Amino acid sequence: MSVALVKERYSSKVGEVVLGATPEQGGTRTSTVTVGGDSTLPFLHFEGQMQNRPIIAMEVNDIVPEWNDTIKNQFGDVLNNPGAWAKKCVDEYGADVIYLKLIGADPEGENRSPEDCTRVVKEVLAAVGVPLIVAGCDDDEKNNEVIAAIAEATTGENLLLGLAEQDNYKSIAAAAMVHKHTVIARSPLDINICKQLNILINEMGLPLNKIVIDPMIGGLGFGIEYAYSIMERARLGALANDKMLSMPMICTVGYESNRCKEANVSADEFPGWGDLQDRGVLWEALTASAMLQVGASILVMRNPAAVRLVQKNIADLMNK
Amino acid sequence: MALTGLEIYKQLPKKNCGECGVPTCLAFAMALASGKASLDTCPYVTAAAREALDSASAPPIKAIKFGNESVIGDENVLFRHDKTFYHPTTLLIRVSDSLSDDELSLKLQEIKGLEFDRVGLHYSIDGVAVVHESGDAARFEKVAGIVAAGTEKSLLLLSSDPVALKAALVPLASRKPLIGEATEANYEAIVNLAKENSVPVIIKAEGLDALNDLVVKAQALDYKEFVLDPGSRTPVETLANLTHLRRLAIKKKFRPFGYPVIAYTSQTEPLDEIMEGSVYVSKYASAVVLNTSTKAHLLPLMTLRQNLYTDPQKPIQVEPILHSVGDVNENSPFYITTNFSLTYYSVEGEVETSKIPSYILPIDTDGTSVLTAYAAGKFEPEKIAEAMVACGIADKVKHRNVIIPGYVAVISGKLAELSGFKVIVGPRESSGILSFSKTLS
Ligand code: B12
Ligand code: SF4
Repeated sequence: MSVALVKERYSSKVGEVVLGATPEQGGTRTSTVTVGGDSTLPFLHFEGQMQNRPIIAMEVNDIVPEWNDTIKNQFGDVLNNPGAWAKKCVDEYGADVIYLKLIGADPEGENRSPEDCTRVVKEVLAAVGVPLIVAGCDDDEKNNEVIAAIAEATTGENLLLGLAEQDNYKSIAAAAMVHKHTVIARSPLDINICKQLNILINEMGLPLNKIVIDPMIGGLGFGIEYAYSIMERARLGALANDKMLSMPMICTVGYESNRCKEANVSADEFPGWGDLQDRGVLWEALTASAMLQVGASILVMRNPAAVRLVQKNIADLMNK
Repeated sequence: MALTGLEIYKQLPKKNCGECGVPTCLAFAMALASGKASLDTCPYVTAAAREALDSASAPPIKAIKFGNESVIGDENVLFRHDKTFYHPTTLLIRVSDSLSDDELSLKLQEIKGLEFDRVGLHYSIDGVAVVHESGDAARFEKVAGIVAAGTEKSLLLLSSDPVALKAALVPLASRKPLIGEATEANYEAIVNLAKENSVPVIIKAEGLDALNDLVVKAQALDYKEFVLDPGSRTPVETLANLTHLRRLAIKKKFRPFGYPVIAYTSQTEPLDEIMEGSVYVSKYASAVVLNTSTKAHLLPLMTLRQNLYTDPQKPIQVEPILHSVGDVNENSPFYITTNFSLTYYSVEGEVETSKIPSYILPIDTDGTSVLTAYAAGKFEPEKIAEAMVACGIADKVKHRNVIIPGYVAVISGKLAELSGFKVIVGPRESSGILSFSKTLS
């Protein structure tokens, strides 16, 4: 006897956002990438479309990062050359886009100037044809300066720029608007702040299809469940036509998962946890997997071995 | 299909005597419909009414118990934010009876090692699935016996041959294994075997329509200790089936699917397999059978399971009392943190590694992290100073130094003033505690 299945009829879908711009569109990218557009909960092809598959943005830093050796060793000697590093991510690891984090701008660190930062961005743009995400350092004031300079110097590229936050969104949103870029709106695991921030940015005149939500996640074992539930609620909100929650979501998977002790300590120190190699890879890959199950559109990742696993997982789940 | 309050009301005695605890039969019917009452509290229901209403008052997904305290099913929601998930996915390691005796003992050894301690919690693997692949009933029986002798964990005995299954099961019936699998071809024999031995049984069919038919037929044998297997073996189909089964059970109270569901990984590479398993742990599998038994592979998956099955309303907390790490004395450093278990154990782990016996006082912040607590006004200097007095630290150490988390450096001045202690701002991340501790004294 045939069973009457429960198929949800959603009234709306996640908005689509385009990253990058080709020469015809005013940029220099060889191709653009579109994210979002889903009209179902993740990977439930029987009730809606997963218009665009989730993508992986691989992280590149402007200075050699303090990552553990199991990750660094996979990159060889490109880590002090952002352009070459980005190229390797695209050519060898199949990164869909590059996420460039300008840690060197931090006043407490190398305190690089906005001009220096802009140069790095240009280097990476020249090295790869894929779209670029650019995030600054952890200092809000400096970021405003740096991101404004970059936005101007790359007018028309449609970079995805970070991070706009509740108490610091105006200068980034304005720079994106004037110079034709897209912004990341970050809220601390709070659905109301998330909506509020999107409203504020939208009120400044940036259209909704120029905003990507960063819900701020926690790594596996370190608060991932909060992100899981907030994102699931946001996705349900988007499908129920809550326009201010309907942007695609970006998750800083590599950063959060690799802050965790389990992704870093060796088996000598913690024999009970097994070998670091596979443990570290899975720590990042499972963080990504859980986020995929609740609607992530862009996964920002680090570890090439984890990227491979997640690419396969996405391909398997997109295979109707 | 779930009954409405009114439909239930029609079956009740309509005495309105109030003995059930609510004033009228109608109110009682409403409470039953929303799952807030049990039919047993009305002493006057007729047997016929009870039969009709049993299904309405039963939980949407039956709880199935087997083995060593494994409980699967009995979930009430589709999303953890709707309330919580209750019974963490049971993880079983697959052992084939075509392994040699040596391979078998190695595998069992490895399975034994699947016990983990992190952030104050203990994770362990739930059980072993013995799979009949040798084609030899005697071998299956023997391997089942060896596995049973080698582990106290729950057992799943898996064969489609009723004779082999019976031979393996009978000597182990007291371990109450889950058995499988009953298919269209063999279900009478296998369900009856389960019934005779009072063990739960997996009902397997290809696809949901066939599964529905088979469950209905199997129920007609007057047994209901079932676990479902919709037969799919690819991640995308299994995800769809797990979702359909859960939705029908919860949203429609569709009885044939009101049982826990088991999923099997199909990927051949262990890391891919864990990725696949993570999809099933996230989305509705009551039990998952895995091949890999490597520690480094299971810890991440078990962590994900633990995270998703914590109650969203209640962060895991430690007791907000003075804790001592190591053999403390009057010179021991004194650290302050919060009572969020994750925060506390991050700090405790590092303090332990420093090998300097120390005191740690977790402040009661309702189980929130340092910055969350600070932002919510739960980690104020006044409160910390009070807790310092209450725990009597001043009598336990002769120094007057308190170490606070780097993220709340701003409270130093006020805390120093209120407590009379010298406030030392520690590193921001607990990973900095080891090198920080060397600068003390
Ligand atoms: C998960 C989370 C939540 C969860 C709560 C989880 C919980 N049980 O605490 C929820 C969603 C409920 C939440 C709510 C809020 N949050 Co919140 N949240 C987070 C998030 C993402 C992670 C926090 C976490 O679990 N960290 C992991 C634990 C282990 O970290 P930790 O406690 O700091 O401990 C580390 C260190 O401090 C150090 N350490 C700890 N103790 C000690 C002691 C010593 C002596 C030393 C040396 C070191 C040390 O070791 C640990 C490991 O390194 C952070 C952002 C982030 N990624 O950090 C925001 C964050 C903490 N939240 C923030 C805010 C503002 C809030 C809210 C007030 C507003 C809101 N978002 O709604 C509410 C408050 C709710 C309330 N009324 O209680 C802000 C705080 C801003 C600030 N700088 O003050 C943050 C930083 C986000 C942001 N960037 O805006 N949050
Ligand atoms: S005890 Fe039974 S008969 Fe009496 S009010 Fe309750 S439901 Fe009605």
